[in-house]
Amino acid sequence: MTTLGYPAVLIDERETYDRVSDQIGGIALKHPHQKLWLAGFTIVFGMFILFCVSVGWLLRRGVGIWGINIPIAWGFAIVNFVWWIGIGHAGTFISAILLLLFQKWRTTINRFTEAMTLFAVICAGMFPLLHLGRPWTFYFLLPYPDTMALWPQFRSPLVWDVFAVSTYFTVSLIFWYVGLMPDLATLRDKAVTKWKRISYGVGALGWRGSALHWQRHQSAYLLLAGLATPLVLSVHSVVSFDFSVAQLPGWHSTIFPPYFVAGAIYSGFAMVLNLIIPIRRIYALENLITVRTLNNMANVMLATGWMVAYGYIMEAFMAWYSGDVFEMAMMKNRAFGPYGWVFWALMALNCVIPQLLWSQKVRTNDIALFLVALSINIGMWVERFVIVVTSLHRDFVPSNWAMYFPTVWDWATLLGSVGLFLTLQFLFIRYLPMISISESRELIAQRKEGRL
Amino acid sequence: MNNSSVANVAVARPEHPVAYQEPAVYGLMAEFEEHEQLLSAAKRAYAEGYRRMDGFSPFPIDGLAETLGHETSLVPLITLVGGMSGGLGAYFMQWYSMGHLYPLNVGGRPLNSWPNFIPVTFELTILIAAISALTAMLVLNRLPQPHHPVFNVPEFQRASIDRFFLCIEVSDPKFERDRTWKFLESLGACKVSEVLE
Repeated sequence: MTTLGYPAVLIDERETYDRVSDQIGGIALKHPHQKLWLAGFTIVFGMFILFCVSVGWLLRRGVGIWGINIPIAWGFAIVNFVWWIGIGHAGTFISAILLLLFQKWRTTINRFTEAMTLFAVICAGMFPLLHLGRPWTFYFLLPYPDTMALWPQFRSPLVWDVFAVSTYFTVSLIFWYVGLMPDLATLRDKAVTKWKRISYGVGALGWRGSALHWQRHQSAYLLLAGLATPLVLSVHSVVSFDFSVAQLPGWHSTIFPPYFVAGAIYSGFAMVLNLIIPIRRIYALENLITVRTLNNMANVMLATGWMVAYGYIMEAFMAWYSGDVFEMAMMKNRAFGPYGWVFWALMALNCVIPQLLWSQKVRTNDIALFLVALSINIGMWVERFVIVVTSLHRDFVPSNWAMYFPTVWDWATLLGSVGLFLTLQFLFIRYLPMISISESRELIAQRKEGRL
Repeated sequence: MNNSSVANVAVARPEHPVAYQEPAVYGLMAEFEEHEQLLSAAKRAYAEGYRRMDGFSPFPIDGLAETLGHETSLVPLITLVGGMSGGLGAYFMQWYSMGHLYPLNVGGRPLNSWPNFIPVTFELTILIAAISALTAMLVLNRLPQPHHPVFNVPEFQRASIDRFFLCIEVSDPKFERDRTWKFLESLGACKVSEVLE
């Protein structure tokens, strides 16, 4: 226990270099719960098939299969995009920002959350492209020398988005891979079958742990962390510009960038907990992903949750304080209009239930924590629904008002994207080391030196 | 850094090999159980005058590369140059395309509307810097390199798991097989072995 009364164990006392290598590498090499994995994979792969079917039907029939209309042109596609990209923020936050802040408890979860980031960004990237209407011309968004001498409009937040999301994906991938290289070498050296040796060997690029290699590796890793830190903050800020640069009441607000970033980290940590709590139990990783790690993640959620709540309060306050009739009407409609129940559900899921995290019993009980995290995940999806739909459905002119009802294809695409995300997650757990082995060894070395 | 040693050994080989040929030796390798042992061994080897050597460990050891005489890494400089060219390039692209190639008058605002160009400039700075950091790390480390003589030592498999190694190469001017062997043993190595090419 630390002086503040928190559980202090970062890594179990009895761990040795060999034991962590066996334990973490063994999950990828031997795979202890083959039947359970296969059963789970069948379900999530089925959901992924649903995604393929929904996208296929969308490509065949067009965006008319969704519930979108004018004025609510954005609908589920953008709600899902913002939700997924938000989830993708925890990974780089944990890996980069917490690395620079010397938060050692991040060591055993950073690999996993980085992978989660990549998969979430893949899901996120799908939605704006599918929403284009003609996704096969997506390359119009990129600056390339085309024969009509056209250029993308660089003053548009939608073009900024293209750059922000693609940069975020690439940098996250590089960061993840650089960290993964030494662990792939471990798997290469531990693998017994030829096929595995070759596959992991190709991924390890001939890594041999040379001192000079480590020096450059660490230098590059630290630089990437430094580069990723402002990047994480910029990506959701740019996403928020999609809304706040527009003139629409409910979108046109200067609080959006910080409020979106806080919300992104909030939902990202919730998703990490939702994934890691079952995995920790199934694969018996309690010695590495300790109660202290869960407790710290819960603390981050509590803090970012209040930042998000502050955002909600400020939105309402500024609507009143501005004296603007449209802003006030928007706020009143948001809370008491036809979508009022969605707004109050959001308040319950995102602001009320997470207050349970003040209790240390909840923070250190994995089932309770799982349920609170689930509430936050759903709450953050609902938040984006409220922002997108309630702002659009009643703008300045009453003749332009309409309702938005999602169709079965909207729900199928959302559920399918969860399937895509989980399919990638299952494959990752099965074939790659989900905890950084070399960084766990560093923790053990530090404990041996008495520096932990 | 190993190319010269490979070349030297290759020259020493007879032009028409006879039925049995002594395999060329790359160096001698000492195995340690703890990272502090490797660090102090590297210090003593450097003090002894050995220069062409390398340490191997399953996790980064603070100060090991510096002990072996590799003071600084070029990676930060390359990353800085990459990031700066990414940022300047991105701003130039936007200024040239929006101001000259495809000028659009939006509400009478200046064509060089710099605040609007900041997000893309920022993102491309980060993107090119990150790609430069990765490329610099791989190219300077000469990776990918599928094979290296150190992999010929069977015990070396544990270099990525739980053992620490120090390898002194034949090409080192101070290398003398028996003397170096004894020296490595005196460092507290649990095993010394020969690394074949």
